[in-house]
Amino acid sequence: MTETVIRSRKIKEKKRVYPPRRPVPDLGLDKGAEKLTPERIESTIRSVLDNETGARLKVYVDTCAHCGLCSEACHFFWSHDGDPSYSPAGKVKQTISEIVKKKGKVDADFIRGAAEIAYTECNLCRRCSMYCPFGIDIAYMMLTVRRIAHLLGVVPQYIQDTAHSHSATMNQMWVKDDEWIDSLLWQEEEAAEEIPELRIPLEKEGADILYSVIGPEPKFRAQLIYQAAVIMHEAGVDWTMPATPGWDNSDMCMYTGDNEMMGRLKKVHFETAMRLKNKRIVMGECGHAFRSIFDMGNRWLAWKMPPIPVTHAIEFYAELFRDKKIKVKKKFEKPVTLHDPCNIVRGRGLHEMARYVVNEICTDFIEMHPNREHNFCCSAGGGVINTGPPFRNKRVEGNRIKAEQLFAAKSKGAQVVIAPCHNCHGGLEDIIHHYNLKMELKFLGDIIYEVMER
Amino acid sequence: MHTLYNLVSGPLVWVAFILFIGGSLYRIITMAILAKEKDGAVYAYMDTYHAFRSIYHWIIPFGSRNMKRKPIMTSVAFVFHACLILVPIFILGHVMLWKESFDIAWWYMPDLAADIMTVLVISACVFFLVRRLTQPEVKYLTTASDFVLLGIVAAPFITGFWAAHQWPGMRTALILHMLSGEIMLAAIPFTRLSHMIFFPFTRGYMGSEFGAVKHARDW
Repeated sequence: MTETVIRSRKIKEKKRVYPPRRPVPDLGLDKGAEKLTPERIESTIRSVLDNETGARLKVYVDTCAHCGLCSEACHFFWSHDGDPSYSPAGKVKQTISEIVKKKGKVDADFIRGAAEIAYTECNLCRRCSMYCPFGIDIAYMMLTVRRIAHLLGVVPQYIQDTAHSHSATMNQMWVKDDEWIDSLLWQEEEAAEEIPELRIPLEKEGADILYSVIGPEPKFRAQLIYQAAVIMHEAGVDWTMPATPGWDNSDMCMYTGDNEMMGRLKKVHFETAMRLKNKRIVMGECGHAFRSIFDMGNRWLAWKMPPIPVTHAIEFYAELFRDKKIKVKKKFEKPVTLHDPCNIVRGRGLHEMARYVVNEICTDFIEMHPNREHNFCCSAGGGVINTGPPFRNKRVEGNRIKAEQLFAAKSKGAQVVIAPCHNCHGGLEDIIHHYNLKMELKFLGDIIYEVMER
Repeated sequence: MHTLYNLVSGPLVWVAFILFIGGSLYRIITMAILAKEKDGAVYAYMDTYHAFRSIYHWIIPFGSRNMKRKPIMTSVAFVFHACLILVPIFILGHVMLWKESFDIAWWYMPDLAADIMTVLVISACVFFLVRRLTQPEVKYLTTASDFVLLGIVAAPFITGFWAAHQWPGMRTALILHMLSGEIMLAAIPFTRLSHMIFFPFTRGYMGSEFGAVKHARDW
């Protein structure tokens, strides 16, 4: 983006008075807060502050100079016309800095409010760390608030249900063990109509690649497994999928603050790849799962880096194109734009590789601005979309800036938005509908499947 | 008046420097120990090259996207910080004091330069004050302590300017100048002014996380 454009982007209408916040009714938050006692709040907070946090939190809280320079990093701040209570430091002020200052002597209403802010008004996208001159990790502070809220049992109902599913089934969507295998066999059968010799190898010991997906793929987006199988088949890749729990790489527990479960999930995932003696894990187009495997879950298990190499779909596709393992029959002709998902761009720097893949498969690529590390989040990430229908409007209205960003790309001709991340898909879909943008939304895999030689 | 003068120009200077240097060391060391105990990640992921890469982009003017987006704030902040550090070290009056007390000396700046830079610091403080009072996102974050800190920083420059120009009441101004300078030095390790000592660590850590682990830029 040219600097002039960046500078010309100003909050349109800064107001003197902003509408007061109204709590969104949610069973998880409301009922959870009702059960709290001052003693429980204080002892829980003290235990987190004393045992689970240390110098980082202290230094962050102590050095923030209250300069407000992080504000314009946040899509919530932009979308609320510069309402300071939605700025990153504003959210810190309303949550963790109060908690630290009062050493846990806060009431149930406060916890409820802090939980709502941390779970539904911050996507943990880390954009603000790139705007804070001191590099304060505000996402980490919001995660600390979530950790406290989780231990206090004040978690939005929908995402808590997802976390329960993780604990009970080791996947996000209450998919039973046999349903998982059935879904794979079903997709294999479907694909066999197109390519009779296609297989989805299950439990193949020693295969180069363990391909892992997120829970919603077998549940709602089974065609993605079909497409992945076709790509693997045509590329002649030695791959497998597990027939046991551990197939799901997703992790909402990381976002509820249930670190213990986050660790269990990643342990099962890594151990599945170890059991099958795979050389590496290749994962589908998902952002948060990548964060969990590559950044947070492994750390909880005391692995500095994942114990087995992890390759995101974008890297994997780039590899296939570079090695000419898949060839393009005819490039996708509709003009496309690319959404950079936080967890694999700010989280892994895959932006240039994504552009390489897009240019391999599309004729007309239009950048949206700002982009790469500076892209705005979809507002679904960080588990926010998983807080479900009660917070849908808040999430979509809290990201008007994304709609404007998409609209700007559309006015330059883009008809299709490529979002190589499941959460981003969910979030952008809602934004496109709500703001009536009339743009198509695709995964990279959708387009590769469409244009590849087979 | 004399006793007061002797106090602020003698023992309190020592107290201020001991609190400033000792306090800074104390803060850094206790935080380093606490980090070792509780935030193992900080040590594991700190990466010299990427830490300095990030610090570099944030200590040169307009080195980051946010600085480019806010040219006025960036200019004021850089001029402010540069003058704030340079004037006390290189102003003739201070260099003379070092010479008299310890017989060490270094380059000093012309009086005119010192005057201009002092006025720049004071003006920047006024700018920050106005910004705090008018910008909603800054006002929202502002607490009483922010005004106190701004006062602590501005006071030595205002009184110093006063005394240097020998305006009426310069004796009082001189005493207040020394006292406020001492307060500022002593306040650095124990208030939000501690961003002076912690900046390299917070920025460096974020630079390491972004650069070495996440292969992304953080500016």
